[in-house]
Amino acid sequence: MAVSVDPPAVTQKHLTKTGWTYTFLADPEAKVVRLYDLQHDVGGGKIISRPAELLIDPTGTVRWVDLTDDFRVRTRPETVLGVFDRLAGGAR
Amino acid sequence: MERTRNFLPLAGLLVCLVGFLSYFFVFYQFPVTRDLPWVSWLLFALGLGLVVIGVRRPFRQPERYRGRRLGPVLALLSLFVVGFFVFATTVASRQLPASAGAPKVGQQVPDFVLPDSAGRPVRLYDLLGAKAGGSGPASWVVLIFYRGYW
Repeated sequence: MAVSVDPPAVTQKHLTKTGWTYTFLADPEAKVVRLYDLQHDVGGGKIISRPAELLIDPTGTVRWVDLTDDFRVRTRPETVLGVFDRLAGGAR
Repeated sequence: MERTRNFLPLAGLLVCLVGFLSYFFVFYQFPVTRDLPWVSWLLFALGLGLVVIGVRRPFRQPERYRGRRLGPVLALLSLFVVGFFVFATTVASRQLPASAGAPKVGQQVPDFVLPDSAGRPVRLYDLLGAKAGGSGPASWVVLIFYRGYW
């Protein structure tokens, strides 16, 4: 599940283009981004989210997190899947 | 003898520009060429190589090549392009907040409700399920925050 400050219409356009089907949430006022202390002021009064990935278990506990130190470099899907297989023991 | 135009510094600058622009328009889309911008580095090496040869030519063989003034100017422009790229991909892209209050491993994440791309409200703890106090079967969640396209 992904969160950004994009309004739903922008995200819908992007999903139509890419064909991605997982859940994308809209946080245009960066409320949840701030709640998670991931806000990044990019100037001009615009607050966006820094890239961040969290793996959360069914009790709501963070089991793995990646706050990249370079916004060009993001977690790759196979990394998260590898961590999940290790932590959840094949519960997928 | 008629002296030839010295096109190498201009060619070098153009190769450097291609290395710069192709990263943001093409190679940024793919993790293998985005994380480490090796395609741009190769193009910069080629471009600067052409520039170096091109700048030296009119001084070493002044009877054959023109461009003793324009060559160094184009060389400076090429260096500026490469320098700006290095700055953008090593310094600027690391300008991120400390995020000291972000959830850490072992901590409980705060619950929230946000609309999805169709405007339907989605609650995090409902996706996690009964163990977290939400509705639905227990499930892990990968929560991704991304910069967006705004």
